[in-house]
Amino acid sequence: MFKVLVSEQVVPNIQLLTIEAPEIAKKALPGQFVVAVADENGERIPLSLADWNSEEGTVTLIVMQVPSHIEKFGTVVCVGGCYGIGAIMPLARSLKSRGNKVISIIEARSNNLLYWQDKLKRVSDELIQTASDSSAPYKGWSYDPLIEMLEKNRKIARVYAYGCTFMMKLVSDTTKPFGVKTLVALNPIMVDATGMCGVCRVSVGGETKFACVDGPEFDGHKVDWDILAARKTTYLEEEIRSLQRFECQQWYFEKAKASVTK
Amino acid sequence: MREQDSLERARNFMEVPYGYTPEEAIGEASRCLSCLRPTCKNGCPVEVDIPSFIKLIKEGKFIEAAWKIKEKNALPAVCGRVCPQEIQCESLCIMGKKGEPIAIGNLERFAADYERESGEITVPEKPKPTGRKVAIIGAGPGGLTCAADLIKLGHQVTIFEALHKPGGVLIYGIPEFRLPKVIVEREVEYIKKLGVELVPDAVIGKLYTVDELLNDHRYDACFIVTGAGLPMFLGIPGENLNGIYSANEFLTRTNLMKAYLFPEYDTPIKKGKKVAVFGGGNVAMDSARVALRLGAEKVYLIYRRSEAEMPARKAEVHHAHEEGIEFLFLTNPIRFIDDGKGNLCGVECLKMELGEPDQSGRRKPIPIKGSEFQIEIDIAIPALGTRSNPLLLSTMPDLKLNKRGYIVAEEGTGMTSKEGVFAGGDIVTGSATVILAMGAGKKAARAIHEYLKWKFWDTRSIQQ
Repeated sequence: MFKVLVSEQVVPNIQLLTIEAPEIAKKALPGQFVVAVADENGERIPLSLADWNSEEGTVTLIVMQVPSHIEKFGTVVCVGGCYGIGAIMPLARSLKSRGNKVISIIEARSNNLLYWQDKLKRVSDELIQTASDSSAPYKGWSYDPLIEMLEKNRKIARVYAYGCTFMMKLVSDTTKPFGVKTLVALNPIMVDATGMCGVCRVSVGGETKFACVDGPEFDGHKVDWDILAARKTTYLEEEIRSLQRFECQQWYFEKAKASVTK
Repeated sequence: MREQDSLERARNFMEVPYGYTPEEAIGEASRCLSCLRPTCKNGCPVEVDIPSFIKLIKEGKFIEAAWKIKEKNALPAVCGRVCPQEIQCESLCIMGKKGEPIAIGNLERFAADYERESGEITVPEKPKPTGRKVAIIGAGPGGLTCAADLIKLGHQVTIFEALHKPGGVLIYGIPEFRLPKVIVEREVEYIKKLGVELVPDAVIGKLYTVDELLNDHRYDACFIVTGAGLPMFLGIPGENLNGIYSANEFLTRTNLMKAYLFPEYDTPIKKGKKVAVFGGGNVAMDSARVALRLGAEKVYLIYRRSEAEMPARKAEVHHAHEEGIEFLFLTNPIRFIDDGKGNLCGVECLKMELGEPDQSGRRKPIPIKGSEFQIEIDIAIPALGTRSNPLLLSTMPDLKLNKRGYIVAEEGTGMTSKEGVFAGGDIVTGSATVILAMGAGKKAARAIHEYLKWKFWDTRSIQQ
């Protein structure tokens, strides 16, 4: 059992968890994930590391990832959306410490869904905050400022994109015509996450790869996005059913609690 | 042995055979001729003293019989249920020459169950500590056996397990109706009682490297028994469609994660109306029978050779037939069919015929031209074995691997090219059985014990 020390909502729907795991904190690297099981009957789910503290023996999760190979590339763009905003923080930090010029782009539907701006500013040379409803400094999606940069012929050595599958696909589609290497951290369904079950298989450059041991970082220009998106929807019905069941249980639980206190 | 009715059991997860009553056990044991030079013993990979334990059962000393087995085998309730006795001990029984051999497996299972139910599980006296520490990577049958043997010799033993529960394939792979999980839990409990430390949720290679275990954590030796690796797929078009599970995934979801109890348990599984399993081994039988129990209307078992070449345990093939699995022999899939939304809706197969024997000594299947036909299915489960798992090995560049990526280890000891590191089970041999991994665990325990005494490492005998 690993103790949860902090559990807080960073922005609506995005939860931050700080967990006591000293041995994992010692080994953590940007782009890695841990497998979490909520309780005795829980599912095994991969969650990316957003931060860690080896002295305090804690790891922080925002929700997936083999460590990125990091060296000095030049100018690097880190794109984060959803839980990926958390996951690009240690990536940007590590890239910057190796002497790269780091441009971080974060996206959300609205400004109030963006988080960790201060943390990202500290580890980036430039932070671009985008929101599709014009509530953030830049109106649009994360690939909009990226297209601008590429069309102005800004020299970009590589792009990293962490976040939902659709965002990663769009960023990869954006950079492809410009030939800028784009690495994406895929988050397919996993079970054991140790290379045994094969559910996380993805088609990359026509070959079947296992995200848990061969990835999760892959060349975004080679990923078969249609297969990936279809595979991710396998348990959509069951997920909805689980969520509804949980909500009903919560309702009964609250009601029972109220009747006891009366 | 009496069994649950075949049609009834095909819809529940309860164990198939009921087990012997004491009278039945004595009756079966009494058939044993107590040969002067018993051959049955030679067929046991973990060297159980079979004639002695059968004699004890004959005399009604059931608990003593269990202890006798446990001198050599730490997991008797498991082995009695999952060993392929027909090609091991029972194949050598003299009674089998003219009629039925003694049901050694059933008797082993009876003795172990009797001891457990009587509640009189005793732990042998702790030996004098040697002060040596051994790290075992993987809490499956091989790791548990090795741990039990080493702790009895006075060494301190830690088992590291990547999953959240110990037992390896006994927990995630073999289904409840063949090996109830309560039994595995109790056998693991026994090993813990012996004094073995068990660390779950520890992925070696990520959390610690083997070098760190040896140098920083001061283990004197390390035994790698990580088991199955990346599942093999058919390599035919459409294999990434929704509804295609590797047998490992299908079984892990049901057995380890209890997906058949969704939504009480969080992990879901697609149950399927028409299911096809590909392969002829024990894992294929298990997958087919699990699919049936999950509620499938029709389950096909598709195998490219004929029934005679199937490597599965005879009893399981027989059970599968009884339960209504439809076997399609000499049939090979060539492509999966898409419903247009990324889901599986059928498979196209080719008929085969047997040709000359191949390297494995089995007759090679050859496709018959123009024999293509389609079967409507919504779930497909390739059960074709596994490849080497690179997760740990990629962190050990100094460890010698063979062409297929498995560890090169000395036959009989498990010694590898790296000092202090031993290996056994599927990560050395490729996909095999529980009992062979246990045999490797036993041999490695003996070799590790020798190594800890002399700290002598001679790798000249290891094949390059």
